[in-house]
Amino acid sequence: MTFFRPTFRHPELPPNAAGYSRRDYEGGISTLCAGCGHDSIGNAIIQACFELALPPHRIVKMSGIGCSSKSPAYFLGRAHGFNAVHGRMPAIATGANMANRDLIYLGVSGDGDTASIGMGQFVHAVRRSLNMLYIVMNNGCYGLTKGQYSATADKGSKGKKGGVNPLESIDLCELAIQLGAGFVARGFSGDKQQLVPLIKAGLSHTGMSFIDVISPCVTFNNNPESTKSYHWVREHSEATNTFDFVPLRQTIITEYADDTIQDVALHDGSVVHLHKHRDAPDITDRRQAIDSLEDHKAQGVILTGVLYVNPDSTDTHEILHTSERPLGSLTEADLCPGSAALAAINSAHR
Amino acid sequence: MKPLEGINDFVIRFATVNGSGSASANNLFAKAVFRMGVPVSPKNIFPSNIQGLPTWYEVRVNEQGHVGRRGGVDLVVAVNGQTLRQDYDGLMPGGYFVYDASKPLDETFQRDDVVAIGIPMTTMCVASFDNAKMRPLLKNIIYVGALAALLDMEIEVLIESLRIQFRKNPKLAEPNIQALELGHGYAREHFPDTCKLTVRRRDQVGDAIMMDGNSAAALGALYAGATVTGWYPITPSTSIIEAFGHYVEQFRIEPDSGRIKAAIVQAEDELAAIGIVIGASWNGARAFTATSGPGISLMAEFLGLAYFAEIPAVLIDVQRAGPSTGMPTRTQQSDLLACAYASHGDTKHPLLFPSDPKECFEMTAAAFDLAERLQTPVIVMSDLDLGMNDHCCPPLTWDSQRRYDRGKVLDAAQLDALTTQWGRYRDIDGDGICYRTYPGTHPAKGVYFTRGTSRDEYSAYTEDSGSYVRNMERLALKWETAKTLLPPARVKIASPETRLGVVFYGSTAPAAYEAIENLHGRGIALNSLRLRAFPFQQEVWDFIQAHELVFVIEQNRDSQMRTLLINEGGLAPQQLIPITSYDGLPVASRFLTQALERALAERGIVPPRPAPGQGGVQ
Repeated sequence: MTFFRPTFRHPELPPNAAGYSRRDYEGGISTLCAGCGHDSIGNAIIQACFELALPPHRIVKMSGIGCSSKSPAYFLGRAHGFNAVHGRMPAIATGANMANRDLIYLGVSGDGDTASIGMGQFVHAVRRSLNMLYIVMNNGCYGLTKGQYSATADKGSKGKKGGVNPLESIDLCELAIQLGAGFVARGFSGDKQQLVPLIKAGLSHTGMSFIDVISPCVTFNNNPESTKSYHWVREHSEATNTFDFVPLRQTIITEYADDTIQDVALHDGSVVHLHKHRDAPDITDRRQAIDSLEDHKAQGVILTGVLYVNPDSTDTHEILHTSERPLGSLTEADLCPGSAALAAINSAHR
Repeated sequence: MKPLEGINDFVIRFATVNGSGSASANNLFAKAVFRMGVPVSPKNIFPSNIQGLPTWYEVRVNEQGHVGRRGGVDLVVAVNGQTLRQDYDGLMPGGYFVYDASKPLDETFQRDDVVAIGIPMTTMCVASFDNAKMRPLLKNIIYVGALAALLDMEIEVLIESLRIQFRKNPKLAEPNIQALELGHGYAREHFPDTCKLTVRRRDQVGDAIMMDGNSAAALGALYAGATVTGWYPITPSTSIIEAFGHYVEQFRIEPDSGRIKAAIVQAEDELAAIGIVIGASWNGARAFTATSGPGISLMAEFLGLAYFAEIPAVLIDVQRAGPSTGMPTRTQQSDLLACAYASHGDTKHPLLFPSDPKECFEMTAAAFDLAERLQTPVIVMSDLDLGMNDHCCPPLTWDSQRRYDRGKVLDAAQLDALTTQWGRYRDIDGDGICYRTYPGTHPAKGVYFTRGTSRDEYSAYTEDSGSYVRNMERLALKWETAKTLLPPARVKIASPETRLGVVFYGSTAPAAYEAIENLHGRGIALNSLRLRAFPFQQEVWDFIQAHELVFVIEQNRDSQMRTLLINEGGLAPQQLIPITSYDGLPVASRFLTQALERALAERGIVPPRPAPGQGGVQ
C-alpha cells in the first residue's frame, strides 16, 4: 500500500498529442497490497490512454466487486467511474453504452467477478459485441475474502496454504473467442512492454475487446507452486508474436527481424502490426486461435499477446441499428410523437 | 326455472382450446358490443401453454359502465370438450348453454335450470368450407354469428368489424363474413326468442377506447422519451416491450438514415435487464424495464444499488399469481411488499398504482419524471388483468407543451458557474436531492465515482459512521420529498356521517366501486379511498383516522397493502379489516359485495343476510 505519490514531474516531460500530461490520466492512491499486479495494470492503462491521447473525461470506467474492481479509483481520475454490484459490470456497461455511444468504455473485472458470479453477464456482453475494452485482472483467487480459489485457477495449482485446486479452470480468452469477441488478448501484469500496446489496440478496436491479464496476488497466490505466481508465469509463458500497435495516421518503422509480417487493420483505421514466426497461427482465424491456446496449454505454457482479431467486427449499436446520435442526448422533439399522433392511436382503439 | 333475462347486463363465457384461434373471434364479439355503444369488459383466462389446454374468455356487458369482473356466468359458449362438464355445471341457474351439436350432448347433461342451445358448428363448417386449414377458425366465427342472433345484435356491426380486421386482406374477409352469417342464420331459424339476454344499441361509451394496460404503458414510455430498455421475456409483461418495439418502429425511425431512436436490448436475465436500465439512466438516457414477480426477485440486488447510489430507473411490474412460478398466467396484486422494500438494508421505493390503461399510460410517463427528479427507482404496479386484458377507458391525452423533468443535472456551463465545491451527494436545496452529472460532460469538473459502498458528500469512499448516517438521513428526507411529488389518492365520500371506509388500489378499483354501489343500494354507506402511490401521503392517514373501520381490499392472501399501511402509519391493526381475493382471477364485484356484507355482519353493523345463489365456476 502506498500512502504517498510524488507530485513532482519533470518540467520538460512532453504532453501527448491532445495536450494532456501523463498526470491527467492518473487517479487516487491505491489501497491494494504493495506489489499487487493490479496496480501495474492500472499503470499500463494510464500509459496506454496517455499515448493514445484520449480525452480522459470521455472515458467511462466500470467495474464490479473485488480487488480488481476497486482499481478504477486508482487511475483516470478525470473519468466518471461506476463500481457496480458483484459480477454485473457488463450489464451496467451495456446500458451506459446504449445511452451514449460517443464515450469510451473501459470495464475492469476480476476472475471471480467475471468467471463465477458474473459469467452469465460476461458471455452475453461478448455475444452482443458491446463496444468496450473488458479487462480481467486474473489472479486465480478471491483476494478480498482472503484467498479462496476462483474459477480460473488451474487444476492442480497449489495455493499458499498448500491445498490443491481440484477443479477444471475456465479459460476466459477461449470463451471470448468462441462467443464472438472481435479482439482477444492475454497479458501479464509483469510485462508492461507487451501490455501497453495490447491495451491500446483493445481501446481502438470497435466491438468487444477482451484482455485477460494474469496478475499475481502477492498476498494469497504468489507461492512458487501457484500457476498464477510471478515466478511461474515468467517461467512458463510464451508470446504469440511480437507486435506493434499503430494508431490511426501514424507510421512506425519496425525494428524486429521476424519471418513474416501480418497487418490487421482495425475499424478506426489503426493497425496491429504483427511480427510472426513462420508457423504461427493466423490471428484472424478463430479456429487456429483456439487450437493455439489449447496446444500451448497442453505443453504447460501460457500463451500471451494478441490471440485473435476480427477486423470486420461490429458492435451492439450497429446490430440494433440505433441512431448515430447519443440516445441520451435526444430531446422531446426527437422522441415524443405528440398529441395528434395520440389521437390517431385512440381512434384505432375504438 | 325462469331463464335469465337482461338487456345490456350479463356475463358471457367462451370456453375454448388454447391455440385454436378463438381469441380473435371472441375479441370480435366484445368489440362489436363496444361499437354498439355498450360498455364491455373482456377477460382472457388462459393457461401457461401455447396449444391444447383450456382457455376461457369472459365478457361482461354492462350499460351502467361497471367494467370490473362481476362473477357468475349467464351464457357459456362451450366448444372445448375437455371442460364441457365444468362449463355446464358452472352456469348460473337460468343460464344458457351454447354448444357444438355436431355431436349429441351426453345424456348426463340434465340440468333443468339451464337452456341448452345446440348449434352444429363443425358439421356446418365442413359442409360450407373446403379449406381444411381455415375450418377451425371459421368455426369460431360461426359461434359468434349464432351468438349475435341469440342476443339480437346488429349483425352489420360485426360484418363491419370483420372488414376492418381484414382490410389488408379482403379475400379473407369473405369466408369470415359467410361463416358469421351461417351461424347467425342457423340460430335465428332454430332458436328464435330462446335467449332473453339482449344487446341493444346505446350511447354509453362516449369517446372511450378499448386498450390493454401493457400497450398503454408502452405508449407512456414512448411519450416520456424512453430510449433504452433492457428486458427479459416473462409473462405477463412481455407485451409491454413488444408494444414499445412496435411503436418505436412507427414513431422513432430517423427519416434519412432509417436508424432507430431507441435501443431495445433483450438481456440474458432480469439481473442484466435492470443493470442495463441503471447503466443507461446513469449515463443520461431515459430507460425502463418491464417484468413480473420472479423478475423483481432477481432485480432486488440492483434495486438496492440504484436506491443507495441514487440512480433513476423505471420498472413496470405486471404482477401475476405467486409465490415462485405460481400461476404465471393468472392475476394477483402480490408483489407489493417485495417491491416496496426490495433489496437488503434499509431500502424503499416509490410505487405507482394504475387502475386502468389511461393511468398505465399516465403513470408510466410520470414515472420517468419522478425517477429522474428523485434519482431513484420508481415501480409502476400493474397486473396481468390490467396489463393483458382490454379495458374500456377514457382516451389517452398528452399535452404537446409538456417538457420532461430531467431532474437535477448539471451541464458544463453550470459546472463552470459554480462558486462552491460541487459534491455529488451534497444536499444544498434541503430536499434530500443532490445534483448529478453525466459522464463526459466537462473536461475537468463534475467527475465522480459511483458506488454501492458508503461515501461522503463528495462521493469519496468512507466507512466513517457520521458520514454514513448523514447520508442515510438524507435519503430519508428525500423520501419525504417524494410524497410531495406523487399522485394523490382518490377519495369518494358516500356519506360524511359514515364511520366505515374502504381502501383499495390498482385493478381492484372497478369491482370495488361496484360493490360499494351495491351496498349503497342496500342502505350501507362506505366512503372510499383509492391509493395511487407509495409512500403514502397525509390524506391517506386523514382518511383512515376519519373512519372507525377501514376495509382494505386487495388481490393477495396476506393483505400486503394492509401490512404496508399498518407499518408505515403505525396504525392499530384492528382498525384495518382485510378483504382479499387471490384465486388468480380478476376480483369479482359480487364476491366483494358478499365479503363486505359478511364482514359488516360479523361486526354487528348490518344484519346477516343469506348469500344469493351463484354459479360454481370461479
